[in-house]
Amino acid sequence: MSTLAPRSVSSGALGVEGLTNARLAHRRSRIWKERLIELLLFAAALLSVFVTVGIVYVLVSESVQFFEHVPLSSFLFDRQWTPLFDDAHFGIGVLLSGTITSSAVALSIAIPLGTIIAIYLSEFAAFKLREVAKPFLELLGGIPTIIYGYFALLFVTPLLQRVWPELPGFNLLSAGIVMGIMIIPYVASLSEDAMRAVPMSLREGSYAMGATRFQTATRVVVPAAFSGIASAYILGISRAVGETMILAVAAGMQPNFTFNPAEPAATITSYIVQVALGDLPHGSIGYQTIFVAGLSLMLLTLGFNIGGHVLRKKYREAY
Amino acid sequence: MTGGTAVRPRRTEAEAQDLLEIRRLIASHKRWDAVFGVVGVIALMIGVLTFVALFVDMAINGVPRLDWDFFTSFPSRRAGQAGILSAWVGSTLVMLVTAFVAVPLGVAAGVYLEEYARKNWLTDLIEINITNLAGVPSIVYGLLALGLFVYAFGFGQSILSAGLTLGLLILPIVIVATREAIRGIPQSVREGSYALGATQWQTVRDHILPYSSAGILTGIIIGMARAIGETAPIITIGALTFIAFLPPSPLEGNPFAWLFSPFTVMPIQMFNWTSRPEATFQVNAAAAGFVLVLMTLAMNGLAIWLRYRLRKNIKW
Repeated sequence: MSTLAPRSVSSGALGVEGLTNARLAHRRSRIWKERLIELLLFAAALLSVFVTVGIVYVLVSESVQFFEHVPLSSFLFDRQWTPLFDDAHFGIGVLLSGTITSSAVALSIAIPLGTIIAIYLSEFAAFKLREVAKPFLELLGGIPTIIYGYFALLFVTPLLQRVWPELPGFNLLSAGIVMGIMIIPYVASLSEDAMRAVPMSLREGSYAMGATRFQTATRVVVPAAFSGIASAYILGISRAVGETMILAVAAGMQPNFTFNPAEPAATITSYIVQVALGDLPHGSIGYQTIFVAGLSLMLLTLGFNIGGHVLRKKYREAY
Repeated sequence: MTGGTAVRPRRTEAEAQDLLEIRRLIASHKRWDAVFGVVGVIALMIGVLTFVALFVDMAINGVPRLDWDFFTSFPSRRAGQAGILSAWVGSTLVMLVTAFVAVPLGVAAGVYLEEYARKNWLTDLIEINITNLAGVPSIVYGLLALGLFVYAFGFGQSILSAGLTLGLLILPIVIVATREAIRGIPQSVREGSYALGATQWQTVRDHILPYSSAGILTGIIIGMARAIGETAPIITIGALTFIAFLPPSPLEGNPFAWLFSPFTVMPIQMFNWTSRPEATFQVNAAAAGFVLVLMTLAMNGLAIWLRYRLRKNIKW
């Protein structure tokens, strides 16, 4: 604004019109600058949409080329996955079985433990403990997954083999267990947030009726926070399905149509890693398979997210 | 009660029975409280103990291997002479590109959505899209980068491709952190600024951004900690696992040649060593892993501490 001051002094010489013109010009340039900046900021925000468009475009365009060679029916129903052999088979079910089995193991650990921890921290624990435990859980969630992979292969598997000697060195079980532990912080932290958001008056009402803490937690707080807890579960499922390195390290990368967690198997994600580690020519059918695998993964997580959205809508509680 | 007010009502046999029943019921319900108190602690302990086991196991195996040579040697066929020089240099350079992409774009997008965006379908679309991007598995970003950066744009399997990939990957984290930090600033600050004749951008530049900078920094650190440990997307774009040279120095020749250099990063080096059957290489993996864990823990710890300080100090 300081630039305006000398102008107003000389307004006698310039006349009122000159002053107004100078001010208008200043104002105009200011408005243009503001518009330009807003446009730049808008472009940055819009970029995120282009990332999504880019993902969909890359996955779909490569997949379309893939389906020119392989009929959809054999992709869905073939029970072999041998894309790099002479006798090539492309049954996504093989990779899907590994993904489903390892995710099932992981979720059977992460969901109960995560929920218990969330209820405990939100309804039972002293304030001090919560203040310490929440950041600790966050730290756990920040550990790189390759570290968990190392831990699964070289710590958990030997440990399991001590109780169960026939367990092979690569298996879905130990990968799934470690994956579950990795997911606990996400489930616990988000569920706890949801439970804390439940208004105190609901708890007070419950206590006034003579309910204990446990009854209040399980019959009042959890149902009231259910939509938030459901989102936590959905996030956990997406993490499990999309997890890559733990499986690539500890579950072996052999395609294997199995629902037995004690066997080694490839998942959708570890297959992509395996192919990327090799040297596949750009544009070959092997190259296209990783995009088809990626598309399947996206559709799978999309399906879970839509399911979660429906669930949330249905059980949403408003206060 | 049939008795007079002065007389204490005598309980009948049945009423006494009821009272006992009620007390037993209360006691059994309270027992559940105690049981759950223990179960909760056990569940929490499983998490804590796993972390301790992971950390201690890695420290026992890896720390004896850590010496100066480990940081200044290239990977080698002989496990005893192998080091992480190319890996940590690669990680540093990739992080540089990542920060260069994610910070300006993320902060700008966050500022736009909080301060400028009108309530319309386009804004809704952008918001929903950012939420969804945060849930996309990281390997899918690798596929995007493989199709787009490596082949369509022709950047190859380079530091530039990797940095761009990780930059896009952590973009939602930076955007969300920026928005949360800005949302904490009371409306009166903006009104005061406008009342003195400042434009919207002047308000953002001189007030909104400085006041939210600590919160934004927290988000950036968390995002970078995530990026430094990401393995899958970088393997997907085809990073090599065995690199025995450093990218060209910016001081000699083309100052941007390093952007297009092949590279490896810490987690990939660790993956490579972990997946070898020889125990000696797995010791290397433990050592590299220990360094990586310390790095991510330090970064996340710094972010958590910053946020804690912030919550304590700022009272509008």
